[in-house]
Amino acid sequence: MNDIVLNCGYVPLVDCAPLVIAKDLGFAAEEGLALNLVAQPSWSALRDMLAFGSLDAAHMLSPMPVAMSIGLGGLPARIDTLMVLSVNGTVFGVSNAVAAELGDLPFGDAQALLAALAARQSGPLRIGVPFHYSMHRLLLSYWTSTVEHLDVEEVTVPPSRMADAVADGFVDAFWVGEPWGSVAVQQNVGQLMMTGSDVWKFAPEKVLAVRHDWAGFNEDAARRLMRAVFRASAWLDARKNRTLAVEILARSEHLSMSPDLIDPAVSGQITPRLNLAPEPVAHFLQFHNHAASFPWRSQAAWIAQQLGADPAGIQKAKACFRSDLYRQNLSGIGADLPGASEKVEGGLQVETAVASTGGHMILAQDAFFDGRTFDFPSGKR
Amino acid sequence: MTFLVPAQNDESMNHDLRILVVEPDPERVLGIINALTDAGWSDLKALAQISALDRTVKEFMPDIVLIDLTNPDRDTLEHISFATETSKRAVALFVDQTDENLTQAALNAGVSAYVVDGLNMERIKSVLETAIARFKIMRQMQSELDAAKQALEDRKTIDRAKGILMRQRNMSEDDAYTLLRKTAMGQNRKVIDVAHALVTAAELLS
Repeated sequence: MNDIVLNCGYVPLVDCAPLVIAKDLGFAAEEGLALNLVAQPSWSALRDMLAFGSLDAAHMLSPMPVAMSIGLGGLPARIDTLMVLSVNGTVFGVSNAVAAELGDLPFGDAQALLAALAARQSGPLRIGVPFHYSMHRLLLSYWTSTVEHLDVEEVTVPPSRMADAVADGFVDAFWVGEPWGSVAVQQNVGQLMMTGSDVWKFAPEKVLAVRHDWAGFNEDAARRLMRAVFRASAWLDARKNRTLAVEILARSEHLSMSPDLIDPAVSGQITPRLNLAPEPVAHFLQFHNHAASFPWRSQAAWIAQQLGADPAGIQKAKACFRSDLYRQNLSGIGADLPGASEKVEGGLQVETAVASTGGHMILAQDAFFDGRTFDFPSGKR
Repeated sequence: MTFLVPAQNDESMNHDLRILVVEPDPERVLGIINALTDAGWSDLKALAQISALDRTVKEFMPDIVLIDLTNPDRDTLEHISFATETSKRAVALFVDQTDENLTQAALNAGVSAYVVDGLNMERIKSVLETAIARFKIMRQMQSELDAAKQALEDRKTIDRAKGILMRQRNMSEDDAYTLLRKTAMGQNRKVIDVAHALVTAAELLS
């Protein structure tokens, strides 16, 4: 059998796990795919390589396809999201110096933390984020814009250098994906104050992205890729597989990280400060459960709105989250599909059963820390 | 480390572009600066440390920023470029897809350029062509260097494997090598792979 060769770009972070598992556990091979995972040095490089065809698919920050589709970020291109690769999985932390100023705060209290940061009298707070078009940056802006007296300066720092940037005093605080938050703690340069899910309970973090044209011309390859990744995500979210998953990811040539750096994210046990007991965080990093991989069009709309898109831009954004392809390509392999492709973002305060093809779908909480809800009606109004 | 090549008078209007080169390796910086100087550009600046990037971009106000495609600091540079006021807004060169060949050549050579909005494509083109040529040479030198290093490593491993066979099986050096080669051929593997396996096994057993 001739395998279809696919070049898939990724940035070595714990949340690229579905791609690594799809390859290393043979889910891709079962679908007749020879999946080449190509590590990328930066998000800009990954974006260029995908846009210009050196890569067929990529592990992308969820706002990137939206930003490109609405013409932001220097490289307008039609990039589609086939599915969500991961939900949540980021942490917010501060340098030891800032932590000392803030005093004792409970881990994960977004309101109290914001109030404490606003009460500081030490000038602007320089906050490192990995990329401008990232969920990290959108959550940071959303969170800090709810308070008046907080002067924030956004600095872009590659995730692998975040701990050094904190140590050098280049940034006062950081919002980063795992393992780089845990690295800052292990190096004792900073403390984690909360996770991204404390601002938004169900934030689409990374997506599987392809060129819009590519998806059109390669329907078969797209279906195989989506199925392989779907199976890998389901495997990853099965509780019994967690320990093994950490082991496999640690051994994989694609990540080259030690198990103790991968474990916090996969087990949802986050250690906020050196020598402190880890805090269990519900849904810290979600790949599959609660329809995590479903690309809700309303998620794209929320991202577009945060990026300042007009109503036309919001419609474009919705179109690039391909819930249509998700339904078409995954219905045959037992994926439970929700009845709708949009929901009121922020509307779920508790786990809620919803209509689905399999009849077993329970959506997780998706509330924002300030209780706001976002409804993006389809069509013109 | 930051150094400035002083601006010189140049009659050619084509050569008055301000170019910032972001590159941590001093030798590579020299190579790029020399190539650009030879091609007639003189308003050049090189920057190694990303922490000074923000200030340098604001003060030097380059027309074009050249950076290696694989440099992880690209994300930072991109953010700074987009964050500057709209009149001075820099955009990635790749936006201008009018010249597909040039874009592809830049991508293949591993050079990314950030260009201030509104610059004439023809003016950018010659800078880019110089940079692309230089980056290509650097790429090639790097891969040749890597290949040479690898060959040296391989030879060391094969020598160690030969040594093990010579000691343990009382063979001559030639016989040891012949055995390695035969085994490799029989298993459809490379000599270096067999040598590696032997050295690892010997380490485990010793």
